[in-house]
Amino acid sequence: MPITKSENGAAVWTHRTPKARIVMWVGWLLLVALFIFCWQVMTEGTIWFFVYDAPRQAADIGSRMFPPKWSYMDELWWPLWDTINIATLGTLLAVIMAVPVAFLAARNTTPSTKFVRPVALFIIVASRSINALIWGLLLVAIIGPGVFAGIIAIALRSIGFIAKLLYEAIEEIDETQIEAINATGASAMQRLDYGITPQITPAFAGITLFRWDINIRESTVLGLVGAGGLGLKLQASINVLAWGQVTTIFIVILATVLVSEWVSAKVRHSLI
Amino acid sequence: MLRVDNLRKRYRTGDEALKGVSFSVPDGEVVGLIGPSGAGKSTLIRCINRLVEPNDGDVFLNELNVTKLGRGDLKRARRRIGMIFQEYALVERLSVMENVLSGRLGYVSFWQSFTRRFPQSDVDKAFSLLERVGLTDHADKRADALSGGQRQRVGIARALEQDPELLLIDEPTASLDPKTSRQIMRLITEICRERNLPAIINIHDVPLAQAFVDRIVGLQEGEVVFDGPPSDLTEDVLTRIYGEEDWTTMHGDQDEPEDTHPHPARNDPTAELV
Repeated sequence: MPITKSENGAAVWTHRTPKARIVMWVGWLLLVALFIFCWQVMTEGTIWFFVYDAPRQAADIGSRMFPPKWSYMDELWWPLWDTINIATLGTLLAVIMAVPVAFLAARNTTPSTKFVRPVALFIIVASRSINALIWGLLLVAIIGPGVFAGIIAIALRSIGFIAKLLYEAIEEIDETQIEAINATGASAMQRLDYGITPQITPAFAGITLFRWDINIRESTVLGLVGAGGLGLKLQASINVLAWGQVTTIFIVILATVLVSEWVSAKVRHSLI
Repeated sequence: MLRVDNLRKRYRTGDEALKGVSFSVPDGEVVGLIGPSGAGKSTLIRCINRLVEPNDGDVFLNELNVTKLGRGDLKRARRRIGMIFQEYALVERLSVMENVLSGRLGYVSFWQSFTRRFPQSDVDKAFSLLERVGLTDHADKRADALSGGQRQRVGIARALEQDPELLLIDEPTASLDPKTSRQIMRLITEICRERNLPAIINIHDVPLAQAFVDRIVGLQEGEVVFDGPPSDLTEDVLTRIYGEEDWTTMHGDQDEPEDTHPHPARNDPTAELV
């Protein structure tokens, strides 16, 4: 109750009551205390010698990483092609599986909110909760190392991402357009084609491109667990301490990500 | 001919939107449905094509009892009932032509509609309707590129593309300026007369309704409290429909014939100054 009467009877307004001010102050004090306590727990196990030594180590590796070994590029074209394929095919596979899941998960299109929707939401959560690298680890063990494991890993991780964003887009559509299509005597499939699809097309294109863009990045590291692509070469180069090759790979990854970002921005712009 | 008999609707929240509404609309008659917000006007017209499911009562469209139909038969019945919406309800990202042709969805197979290969007779009809509503040059534009009045014309063409036997019209002018509102109302009433169509128009603007419709039905808290010609809409009746208010200022130029004898002093604001 921040409005009080002063002695001469005029109404006085303050932002907070005195009691609220004290509560706020104690709250901030507790927060600072918690921060200091956490810092102590965190640094307990730190060996400070290594930390003091860090700049020298970094400088050492840095000097060995320079100059990049450009001749190594010849060996990178093929893995680069693999990486792009893993990302693109993985995204494509994910889209094919994510679209039905999204329609089953969206409250306004699901056949049953009690039974089907929870299953669809579970698929989404399960797919999203596991990183592509971990999917890769599992799949390399199951179907053996190589590009195929990478594609499946990317696809499994992307289903949840695409389905989640897409079902949110489906739930946000303008219902009066659906009502108008219903009023013409259209069937359920025609309603989907004329009422829903045109409304979610821009969102669908944006989401797919965004995920493809992310997948290019993710597929560059998938090779670390044996799932093909540039990561395989990165792993091999680090193992033999060939730092010049590592730099070359980093530059290739950076260039690829830049190009993919540019492509997806261009395509998205032309679609919306 | 539309006959509504003792129609009742109670929403799950417990609100009783319609408490036994009965009236009928002969062919070619345009009925204006007026009443305060929440009186059940939108519910009433949506109960007729069962976008809202009524709890009790009957709706007869030329002897077909719409309320008793199963899903498939309901779809076939909906083809015969054209609907025009307040915010146009066009599919914004489809072209004008696709929007008009969507009026044929109930008549063509899914595959025909999916590939957009509508029968030539449907396309011919769509072109002649676009010409009738004055949008011949806009057939290939996307619906969201049009102005409000143009969009409502597309909405009208879509409803007529169904070859309807009844038009349900929900607040057709609520988002339009006064001039466009009059043009749209004139277009709708003209078309109903040309085709001898019965129509129900939900409308808030009482003077506009009086100027164009043949008959007015007043709805108040889910009950019909007035049913008669526009000229019978006295201040007493308005109070019965909407509640107590000073209605005298409402009837400003109602009795003048519209636009036939333009008064120079009224059309030219400088006339008095000279």
